[in-house]
Amino acid sequence: MSYIVVVAVTVAIYAILVVSLNIVVGYVGQPNLAQSVFFGIGAYFSAVFSTRYHLSFWWTIPIAFVIAGAAGLLLGAISLRLREDFLAVTTIGLNFVVVAVFQYVAFFGGAVGIYAIPLPSIGGHVFTNNDFLIVALLMLLLTVGTSAYLQRTWFGVSLFAIRDDEQAAASIGIPIASYKVLAFVLSAAFAGMAGSLYAPFMSTVTPGSFGFTESVVVLAMLIFGGLGTIRGALIGAVILGTLPEAFRFISNYRLLTFGLILLLMLRFQPEGLLGDGSLIVRGVQRLWHSMRAPRSVMPGKDGISHGAP
Amino acid sequence: MLLTSLINGVVIGSLYALIALGPSLVYGLLRVLDIANAAGLTLGAYVGVYVFSASHSVWLALLAGAAAASVFGWLLQRVLYRPILGRGPLVPLIASIGVFIAMEEVFRLVFGPYPHDFAATVGLPTVRVGGTVVTGVQLLIILFGAAVLVGTWFVLGHTSLGLAWRATSQERETAEAMGINTAYVIGAIFIVGYGLAAVSGVLLSINYNSVYPTMGDIPAYKMLAIIVLGGLGNPLGTIAAALLIGLVETFVVAYLGFVLPREAIAFIVLIIVLLVRPQGLFPGEASAA
Repeated sequence: MSYIVVVAVTVAIYAILVVSLNIVVGYVGQPNLAQSVFFGIGAYFSAVFSTRYHLSFWWTIPIAFVIAGAAGLLLGAISLRLREDFLAVTTIGLNFVVVAVFQYVAFFGGAVGIYAIPLPSIGGHVFTNNDFLIVALLMLLLTVGTSAYLQRTWFGVSLFAIRDDEQAAASIGIPIASYKVLAFVLSAAFAGMAGSLYAPFMSTVTPGSFGFTESVVVLAMLIFGGLGTIRGALIGAVILGTLPEAFRFISNYRLLTFGLILLLMLRFQPEGLLGDGSLIVRGVQRLWHSMRAPRSVMPGKDGISHGAP
Repeated sequence: MLLTSLINGVVIGSLYALIALGPSLVYGLLRVLDIANAAGLTLGAYVGVYVFSASHSVWLALLAGAAAASVFGWLLQRVLYRPILGRGPLVPLIASIGVFIAMEEVFRLVFGPYPHDFAATVGLPTVRVGGTVVTGVQLLIILFGAAVLVGTWFVLGHTSLGLAWRATSQERETAEAMGINTAYVIGAIFIVGYGLAAVSGVLLSINYNSVYPTMGDIPAYKMLAIIVLGGLGNPLGTIAAALLIGLVETFVVAYLGFVLPREAIAFIVLIIVLLVRPQGLFPGEASAA
């Protein structure tokens, strides 16, 4: 039972990372291969503050949120100056730079990382795995809720417009620069929040846990599930997150499996499992139409009315 | 000290040039950043080490490694890249990362996780330049680097393949309309690029006397930095940037005793340069388009 809880917490953390990554990659269409950087920044600052300054877990959450968000601000500002390809390469490079900083700067514990991160407690009750799961799900709910709410705001719709045609969006008065940067900030801040939970949950943080491979895994989950939709982000995290646990033999070939799934998906079903226009979604929509045919009510096909999971 | 750093920098820069040239040419044609090229490097090194242990000939090892990687590269563009070209630049980039990490796992499963020795001599003498020892393999690496520089300049400027490459990199559809067989050009560039990556893999592993599954990691991501720094779509700029990065890394490590590892240095240089000069140091035809 406890083992299932541990897996569930891991999957929930992945889900937060994937849903928040979707804001930048899915909504605004900006390449970002550095989501584990912001996750790592959140985890490291949470670890530093709780072990060295004895701050309670509840304080490290907003700290991680803000610091990771500030790092997102930096990347967002950089993104304004760079075209797609350059930005993709810069985000790849960011993984190596930040991991190197974690590894070589004494403040972050060096190569061994930071260990003995205390368990959080609430009113004298020390956290068990079940409590971690509850907090993880609450954080996921907050991320999904924000992400779904965005889709209904002027800001969110503007992000879609920027993705589809930046010049057209600018011509109707959308402030491209500040909206893009804000999307990066939000995406990074939620990833940092996930990091603040990860640190006490694992009780150690090491530089290797936040490398480029993890960024690729998170992006693979998003593409597998379906770029641009929350349901896709969630299903991607759940399926690819539990796969190595459900089939033990896969865990030895985790990256091979992920790589192959990613390739097959990109080659044959680039919309992802549940993205707009994917085989499954089109099938469900057709079924829905034929059931509702007499009343001839057309559900929107723009993803907005289907956005919430 | 100065001379040692200079020679080391040129050796490393030449290796970077060999690995980065293929992806740079590919980017010019397809606008795809082909990270999987570094899997060609590792494949070449493994094939090379096995052929060497059977034949004891470095030249045969280089040839076999390059042949295997060329076949791999040709298949990759035929089966994977060409069908997904119409889907924006990000999809092929992510696909190539997928190929790369999957191939690393394949290398680990097939050849084992432990490093293989690659103790070979290349038949060139060890020379002393003013008190600095240059081994035969280092000499060979510098020779290959120089050959690639001259070869690229000659092929791109003075042959029909080079002309076809330049035309295709400016505007693929127009080049096709003018009767250039772009499918042939793309195939040829992949064969050359993966072959060069394999050569660099064999030389790299002789130089450090080891072959291991993740040896492509650092070249893979560093070559991205080099290609971008050199100006996307400018092969000669790529070679210049490769030498520059090789020298900067060597001198920074030797003189400043920088705390960060080599792979971070390249990207820090990259990020700073891009913020000042977003088009790269030597913008090419492709990035102007």
